[in-house]
Amino acid sequence: MSILVDKETRVVVQGFTGSQATLHSEQAIEYGTNIVGGITPGKGGQTHLGKPVFDTMEEAKKSVNPNASLIFVPAPFCKDSILEAAESGIELIICITEGVPTLDMLDVKKRVDELGVTLIGPNCPGLITPGEAKLGIMPANIHVPGSVGIISRSGTLTYEAVKQTTDIGLGQSSCVGIGGDPIPGSSFIDILKLFQEDPQTEAIVMVGEIGGTAEEDAAEYIKQNITKPVVSYIAGQTAPEGKRMGHAGAIIAGGKGTAADKIKKLKECGVHVADSLVDIGSKVSEVLSKN
Amino acid sequence: MNLHEFQGKALFAKYDLPVSNGKVIYEAEDALKACRDVGGSKWVVKAQVHAGGRGKSGGVKLVDSPDDAIEFAKSWLGKRLITYQTDSNGQLVNSILIEECTDIAKELYLSAVIDRDSQRVVFIGSSEGGVNIEEVAKKTPEKIIYEAIDPLCGAQPFQARKISKVLGLNAEQTKQFTPMLKNLMKLFVEKDLSLLEINPLVITNGGNLHCLDAKVNIDSNAIFRQPEIAEMHDASQEDPREAEAAKNDLSYVSLDGNIGCMVNGAGLAMGTMDTIKFFGGNPANFLDVGGTATQERVSKAFKIILDDPEVKVVLVNIFGGIVRCDLIAEGVLAAIEEVGVEIPVVVRLEGNNSDIGSEILSRAEIKIESINNLADAAKKAVELAK
Repeated sequence: MSILVDKETRVVVQGFTGSQATLHSEQAIEYGTNIVGGITPGKGGQTHLGKPVFDTMEEAKKSVNPNASLIFVPAPFCKDSILEAAESGIELIICITEGVPTLDMLDVKKRVDELGVTLIGPNCPGLITPGEAKLGIMPANIHVPGSVGIISRSGTLTYEAVKQTTDIGLGQSSCVGIGGDPIPGSSFIDILKLFQEDPQTEAIVMVGEIGGTAEEDAAEYIKQNITKPVVSYIAGQTAPEGKRMGHAGAIIAGGKGTAADKIKKLKECGVHVADSLVDIGSKVSEVLSKN
Repeated sequence: MNLHEFQGKALFAKYDLPVSNGKVIYEAEDALKACRDVGGSKWVVKAQVHAGGRGKSGGVKLVDSPDDAIEFAKSWLGKRLITYQTDSNGQLVNSILIEECTDIAKELYLSAVIDRDSQRVVFIGSSEGGVNIEEVAKKTPEKIIYEAIDPLCGAQPFQARKISKVLGLNAEQTKQFTPMLKNLMKLFVEKDLSLLEINPLVITNGGNLHCLDAKVNIDSNAIFRQPEIAEMHDASQEDPREAEAAKNDLSYVSLDGNIGCMVNGAGLAMGTMDTIKFFGGNPANFLDVGGTATQERVSKAFKIILDDPEVKVVLVNIFGGIVRCDLIAEGVLAAIEEVGVEIPVVVRLEGNNSDIGSEILSRAEIKIESINNLADAAKKAVELAK
């Protein structure tokens, strides 16, 4: 078991023939991901990486029946691509692209929610179920199948958490990067819910960062609904107020969204907070050995 | 991206919002003509910088002769204005807004932001204007209204009526406010704003609503489709190192410590800063070289970090996901040679080809501490910075 994706997931790649999409699709196919085709408007009928290319999602749907989409199109076209996938009946959409305008995401988020579609990202590394399928840009070799579910707002920080859980010999059930934008398709809570229901997942690592109140909301949800141990790390403890730290969502504004507030709330709600980035793995071991 | 007040007001005027008649000048000698063009016998002269709190710092003045306007312009143009919102260097004043004088019966507050929780554009209104709104929110929350507006529907009259009640507007003013709210929302959506603030929104002695200030921030992700706004960008208002970094697709924020950091990924960059602090050191900066760090960008990043005279040691932390660590290592070596790095460099390479990367670094002529464990690398950097 795992969450969201496995060997059976039928993946179509939007923006398939672009350089980033090509690089990561190649790696995904090599990993065993069931990529059934791709979409690049104007290149329908061609074959790329041995898979069929379509002009529209509708054609892809009829021909190869995908149920998940991985998006690499440039930011100005992401709204269009996400909506095309959602309206065509794709159940899971992962948007890797960085730099999508926030107002585009307000419209998109409303529509995918109405349609009951799961959107991960944008501006995220994607998701992986080790040993089964990789829909994203993460390095495959640091992952091993195992028992820890990982959710994160940041890419390379996710890899750090993955590496540490691999090094202590636990491995991962699935890893989901929800992205660093102000309006993400899926929240921590959406993914926590899935890990709680997944029998393979024994512990959850939630990697947050400054800005917004997503971690505080998740803390409250964990207290009420999650029975599995949750370990958390919050990045940006040394970030100054009013400065955007790379991610569009990572900013302390009006004294809100500080790491200290988040850590306090998480601790109050029974979450095990790692004191530093380098202690995530040891914290998971410690918590699991107590249970 | 931030706009100047005069740029924000020009946008307001395009959306039929009530703003003062004004002229912007870049040379002190143009003040006389500007005063004449604006008309009247009293003017408000305002230094244009990307920061609030200008009035309290002498950056805004009421003058009753064009000579005084010229004097004001002479005293500020080319100088730096320091307010409670700027750092200790202040912001460069390169333009002055000269406006007709508005009489004020009452000051109100109005702003709009994209709210993550409701996933709508939220307007915030208060009967207490011209003051720090966070203080009002803390002390008298009943004086503030938050109204979420769906961008697809636009602002409805009932929402204007709701906000009007809290602002304390009479029937005539509410009638003025209804199209105002609609147009503000239209402006917010059409121009891809991330923040809009009118502090104060005033009621004049004649009983009319008037926007006395205009603070406008644009979503930097949307600049590609706002060419008119892209033209308004004023690089002089940014930290020169941050601006230089942005030009090279690097994300840099300067801090006050002495350990320079170069990291791939924003989250890991923050995590690296925290780790330095955790082991008793102080980071000099946040720097994300991005997911596709090339030798050229690594070089550029080194230059920007070393431009800060406080930096005593550089910590490079790369988790090679997409990028190969051997390429990064080559980049680090080339950069060190090109830039002429004389301070110690600690490099932590993890992930894709990290062993080959470490081997490459060991061949360097200058001493590079190559440490694969992040905790040890951070400790080493802290020790070297002392």
